Amino acid sequence: MDLSKASFWGYRRENGRVGVRNHVVVLPVDDLSNAAAQAVENSIKGTLALPHPYGRLQFGADLDLHFRTLIGAGSNPNVAAVIVIGIEEGWTARVVEGIKQTGKPVFGFGIEGHGDHETIRRASQKAKELLQWASELRREQRPLKDLWVSTKCGESDTTSGCGANPTVGNAFDKLYPHGVTLVFGETTELTGGEQLVAARCRNDAVRKKFQFVFDRYQEVIDRHKTGDLMDSQPTKGNIAGGLTTIEEKALGNIQKIGRKCLVDGVLDKAETPTGPGLWFMDSSSAAAEMVTLCAAAGYVVHFFPTGQGNVIGNPILPVIKLCANPRTVRTMSEHIDVDVSGLLRKELTPDQAGDRLLDCMFRTANGRLTAAEALGHREFVLTRLYESA
Amino acid sequence: MIHFVVHEEGDGVGVVVVEGVKAGQQLSGWIMEDDKDLDVIAKSDIPIGHKVALKDYRPGDTVIKYGVDIGRVVQPIAKGEHLHVHNVKTKRW
Repeated sequence: MDLSKASFWGYRRENGRVGVRNHVVVLPVDDLSNAAAQAVENSIKGTLALPHPYGRLQFGADLDLHFRTLIGAGSNPNVAAVIVIGIEEGWTARVVEGIKQTGKPVFGFGIEGHGDHETIRRASQKAKELLQWASELRREQRPLKDLWVSTKCGESDTTSGCGANPTVGNAFDKLYPHGVTLVFGETTELTGGEQLVAARCRNDAVRKKFQFVFDRYQEVIDRHKTGDLMDSQPTKGNIAGGLTTIEEKALGNIQKIGRKCLVDGVLDKAETPTGPGLWFMDSSSAAAEMVTLCAAAGYVVHFFPTGQGNVIGNPILPVIKLCANPRTVRTMSEHIDVDVSGLLRKELTPDQAGDRLLDCMFRTANGRLTAAEALGHREFVLTRLYESA
Repeated sequence: MIHFVVHEEGDGVGVVVVEGVKAGQQLSGWIMEDDKDLDVIAKSDIPIGHKVALKDYRPGDTVIKYGVDIGRVVQPIAKGEHLHVHNVKTKRW
């Protein structure tokens, strides 16, 4: 596929970033505000609430990550405008101010002193205005380099390593030279292949940073483990699918970064990259956590290879699923956007498989709903670092 | 028909990519890296996605896949047998 003049149709936002969806989000700051946020979503059809279970009595780095994830999700260019609802005004205003940096419309509502009814009334009034405003925004043709693409695999099996993950790798190798902003992560799921990622780092500074975050995460595992992590990493599903050890899973995982692109930088969780290229994000390997962190970092399309059939989606980041396991493609077809099982029968070359994924990427960016979107998968899962105070 | 695939020449395991492989079945394999063929006779029933041993292993041996170490053998494995969590363990964690 010749990508030199490739373009897509997206929504250009106030800060120059380009989205492929046009959501008006109702964002709760904390668990207590979910009910009001969902009431606004019910009242104003077409808005999107992002309920989650956290946001109270967090502190330090864990609180910073909470704010970074919420502000990042609201700032994502797939979001046109945001209503923020929190139990009190202070932290609500902090999230509003963070999102406001993008220039997009954002309004905050604190519940204390008003109650749910009055908050829902005021927030719904504003949500209706924003929804009607957003409905008149139009897509415009944008160059490929404006697209930010993330990847993370899930419920992998051995076919992931021979089929679906190398297909993402092929697509990444094709996108990379065109200035696309890419990311992968899953820190502990590189265990056994971390030396291969280190060797792909652009320079010693990046390599050192990568090694630091990798070693730090290994210490977390060592500190808390009660066994060899079997059934957690690899998961029960991975093992049922034929993966035997974390090393084998990691080597399959790493196929997603292709053979040519270099690792240009290392990101903290939910951190926004500062330029094009391939970034490594220090992150959990749990699907919904990792995809939510990618959404919060500003990615607008996600490649999700699966073997045994992970069904994940995300409310604001369209998740494209690809699979090379013929049994999964047959038994869970409603979840699979791109079938690359032909790779294992020599009916499809890696190059053709990569093109098939890129074709789906462009159609998704232009507005086609993914399987996960059509099925209503909206997993919005915040990563926690430790206990609340 | 391809029954199993091998990532690289020299790997000690193949991945079964068809359903219903039975003990005694002659399996045709494809080495993806250099597009070569190889055969093995299955000595176990092996589910799709699971691995077939391409050589005999003794406890303590290292299993190579993608040209890289994926773990240590803890039970003897004969060429053609099912290689999985019952006979191979991680060297990490």
